[in-house]
Amino acid sequence: MTEVKQIFPIKGMHCASCVGLIEKSLTQMPGVKKAMVNLATEQATVTFDSDLCKEEQIVSAVASVGYQAMLEQDMVSEDQERIEKTKELKKLGIKVASSLFLGGLILWGSFPGLTNTAPGILKIFWVQLLLATPVQFWAGWDFYRATIPALKHRTANMDTLVALGTTVAYLYSAFVTAFPNVVMDLGLEAMPYFDVATIVIGLILLGRYFEAKAKGQTSEAIRKLIGLQAKTARVIREDREIDIPIDQVSVGEIIRVRPGEKIPVDGIIVEGESSVDDSMITGESIPVDKAKGDIVIGATINKSGTFIYKATKIGSGTMLSQIIKLVQEAQGSKAPIQRIADMISAYFVPIVIMLAFATFATWYIFGPIPTLLYALLNTVAVLIIACPCAMGLATPTAIMVGTGKGAERGILIKDAESLEIAHKIKTVIFDKTGTLTKGKPEVTDIIALGQVTENEVLALAASVEKGSEHSLAESIVQEADKRELKLTQVTKFKAIAGHGVEGVLDKAQVYLGNRRLMDQEKVSFSSDLAQIEKLETEGKTVMMLSVDHKLSGLIAVADTIKESAHAGIEALEKLGIEVVMLTGDNQRTANAIARKLGITRVLAEVLPDTKASEVRKIQEEGKVVAMVGDGINDAPALVQANIGIAMGTGTDIAIEAADITLINKDLTSVASAIQLSKKTMRTIKLNLFWAFAYNIVLIPVAMGMLYPFFKILLSPILASVAMATSSISVVSNSLLLKRSRI
Amino acid sequence: MTLDKILVLIGSVLGIGLTYWFFLMKKEKTVEVISDSVDIVAEGGYQPEVISIKKGKTTKLNFLRKDSSSCLEEVMLSDFKIRRYLPLNETVTVEISPQKTGEYKFACGMNMFHGKIKVV
Repeated sequence: MTEVKQIFPIKGMHCASCVGLIEKSLTQMPGVKKAMVNLATEQATVTFDSDLCKEEQIVSAVASVGYQAMLEQDMVSEDQERIEKTKELKKLGIKVASSLFLGGLILWGSFPGLTNTAPGILKIFWVQLLLATPVQFWAGWDFYRATIPALKHRTANMDTLVALGTTVAYLYSAFVTAFPNVVMDLGLEAMPYFDVATIVIGLILLGRYFEAKAKGQTSEAIRKLIGLQAKTARVIREDREIDIPIDQVSVGEIIRVRPGEKIPVDGIIVEGESSVDDSMITGESIPVDKAKGDIVIGATINKSGTFIYKATKIGSGTMLSQIIKLVQEAQGSKAPIQRIADMISAYFVPIVIMLAFATFATWYIFGPIPTLLYALLNTVAVLIIACPCAMGLATPTAIMVGTGKGAERGILIKDAESLEIAHKIKTVIFDKTGTLTKGKPEVTDIIALGQVTENEVLALAASVEKGSEHSLAESIVQEADKRELKLTQVTKFKAIAGHGVEGVLDKAQVYLGNRRLMDQEKVSFSSDLAQIEKLETEGKTVMMLSVDHKLSGLIAVADTIKESAHAGIEALEKLGIEVVMLTGDNQRTANAIARKLGITRVLAEVLPDTKASEVRKIQEEGKVVAMVGDGINDAPALVQANIGIAMGTGTDIAIEAADITLINKDLTSVASAIQLSKKTMRTIKLNLFWAFAYNIVLIPVAMGMLYPFFKILLSPILASVAMATSSISVVSNSLLLKRSRI
Repeated sequence: MTLDKILVLIGSVLGIGLTYWFFLMKKEKTVEVISDSVDIVAEGGYQPEVISIKKGKTTKLNFLRKDSSSCLEEVMLSDFKIRRYLPLNETVTVEISPQKTGEYKFACGMNMFHGKIKVV
C-alpha cells in the first residue's frame, strides 16, 4: 500500500455546500482515506492509496459532482471567474473599438453635413456595406448568438431587441444598396442607414463594456474576504515546527504565530501574549491584547508578541468562512422591493416588440412622407431604446454593494429582506446584560446580617452558586476565589429562572436570589429594605442570602457599561429612533443604569421567557422594532422583533435567530446598520425610479408621440446612447454606496 | 386607405398577435425530477424551464451555461439565497432541499430569463 497525500486545486466552488459535496464524492471512492476541501483556498487535500486509486480517478470523481479538480500542472493561481471576465472584457474592448471605428467611417461618408468632407470612397454604398457587414455579424454576433436559442425556447431578452433593431436597419440598407431603383420607384430616396446599424452596435457594446467593469466591482467584498485567508500555518508536531498549507491543519493542532504574521485558523492561546489586529474581520480599529485562554480568529494579524495556540476551528468552520458564507447568501437573496421589477420583466420584451409593430403601422399609415422611412427608423428606435437590464440590475447590485459594505464594517446582514426592513426601524430595544453592559458583573458590596461575617456570607453564596451558569453567579464565585474562601459541598441544587438559586448546605436550606425569590419563600427583608434600596439606586443588583428562611446577608453586584454604549444610543437618537432597555433587574437598578445611559424607557423585571412578549407589546404600538441582544439567552425575543440584532461573541457568528450580526461588538454599529439599510434602500429606490421612468418616458418618445406636438423624434443612434447609459448609471449609482459614510 | 397601408395594418396586427402567442402563451412543460439530480442548460433561457421536485428531498441542479450572453452568466435562486456564477461550458452544481411545497423561481443575474422549481 502506498499512501499519498495530494492537493488538488478545485474550480467552480462557491459555497460551503460545494465543500460537502466534493468531500462526500471523494470519501466514497475506494482507496481514498481522507478528503478535505477548503473553500477559501479552493483546494482539496486528498489522502489516498495510490495502488487502488489514481489521480485521474479523483479528478473525474470531482467532475462527476460538477466541479473541476486540477492536477498540479494545470493549477491556475487566480480566481477563474476574474480571469474569464478579463478575457471577455478584452474581447469586448476590441469589438467596441472596431465597430465604432468602422461605424465612424460610415457616418463620415453618409451623415448630412459631414459627408462633404469625406473621401469619395466612403460615399460609395457598396463600400459602406462592406464596412458594416463585419460590425453587424462579427461584433454584433453576440446579439444573434443569444437571440437564436432564446427564440427557440420562446423567450426573449435585451439582445433580442438589439438584434431585431439593427438587423432591420442593416437589411433595409443592404436592399437600398443592391436595388436602388426599386426604392426610387417607390418614391423614396435611395439612402442606406448603415451608420445606424453600426454605431448602435458599437455604442451598446461600449455600454456593456463599462457595465461589465462596474458590475465586477459589486462583488469586490467577497473577493477581499476570500483573499484574507492565510496560506500556511506553522504547526508544532513532535517538538518540530513545520510550515504546512492551511487546509492540512487539523483541530487540536498546536500552532506558533510570530509578530507580523497572519493567524491561520481560529483557536485558543495556550502560551504567550500579544496584541492582535482584528480590523479585517471585525472592523474594530484598535488592536486587542490577547493572552493565554483568549480566542484568536483566523486571518487576523498578530502585531507584537509571539504566541502558541490550539486550533479549534478549521476549514468551513472558521469565522472567516462563516462570514463569507453569510455574505454570499445575503447577496444571493432577494429584497421584497424587487417583486415589482420581477413582475414587469417577464412581460417587458414581448411588450416592446408589440409596441414596435404598432409604431411601424402607425407611422406607415398616418405618418408624413416618406412614411416607410419614418416607420422604419422609429421602429428601430423603439427596439433599441428599451432597456430591461436597468430594471433587472437595480435591486441586486445595490444589495450586493450594501451587504458587502456592511461586512467590511463588521455588520453581517442575513438577507436582502432584513436589509430592507431595517430602514423602517422606529424602536430599538437593548437587552441590558451583555449588550449595553459588559456582562461580567463584579461583586461591589457584601453586607453581613446577624451573627455571620462578610466572608461567611460570600462563602455560602459562592457554594450555592457554584453550580449555576448565570453571569451573576460567576462574579460571586470569582470573588470567593479571589479571597481564597473554602466552599462547601451543596446538595439539592436548583436554579429558579429569573429568581435565583437554592440548595442544601450542611443540612441548612439556603436561598440566594432577588426579592421575588424571597417573597416566594416568605423570607422577610423589610427591616433591611433601606439598605437594599440604597444599593439598587446606585444601579447595583442586590442578591439576598437566606439560611433556613432567615435573611443572613446581602451581596451587591454591578456590571460595567460598555465603552461604546453612550455613543451607540446617541447615534440612534440622532436618527430619531426610540431606545428602550430591557432587563431582568428590578426597576430601581434598571433605572439607575438607564439614567447613566440617557435611556428614558425601561422595561425592568422581565423574566427571560417573557422578553419576546415585551417586544410584541411594543410592536402592537405600531412600531417596527429591532431587538439587540447576545443571541443566546434572548433568541425568542430576537425572532419576535422585526429585526433581531445579535452582538457576536467569540468566534461564533452564525447566530440563527439574528437578522443582523455585529461582529465588531461596537454598539454604534446598530445605528450604522440602520443607516446602511436607509442608504441602500434609497439607492434601490433611485435605481428603480430611474429604470422605470427611463423606459416609461423614453419608449413613447421613441415611438414618436411627441412628434405631433413638438416635431420631436429620437434617432436610433441617440436611442442607443440612452440605452447604454441607463444600465451603466444604475450600476454606478449602486457603486456610490461604497463611498457613503455609515 | 391604400392597399399597401391595409397590408401593413394587417401585418402589424398579426405581428402583435403572433408576438403575444409566441412569447406569452407558451405552455409550461414541467420536468419531474425522479433521481436526485437534474441537468439544466442555460442557453437562451433555461432547459428545462420548469422542474418539479419532492418536498424535503435534496436535489442537485447541474447548471451548464452554453450561452455567451452576459445575461445568463449568473443564476439566482433567491428563495434559497443562492447566486452562482456560471462559467461558460462548465457544469455548476447547486444543491437545494426545499422544506415547503410551492413554486420557487430562479432567474439570470439580470432577471431576464426565468425558470421555476415546483415543490410538491
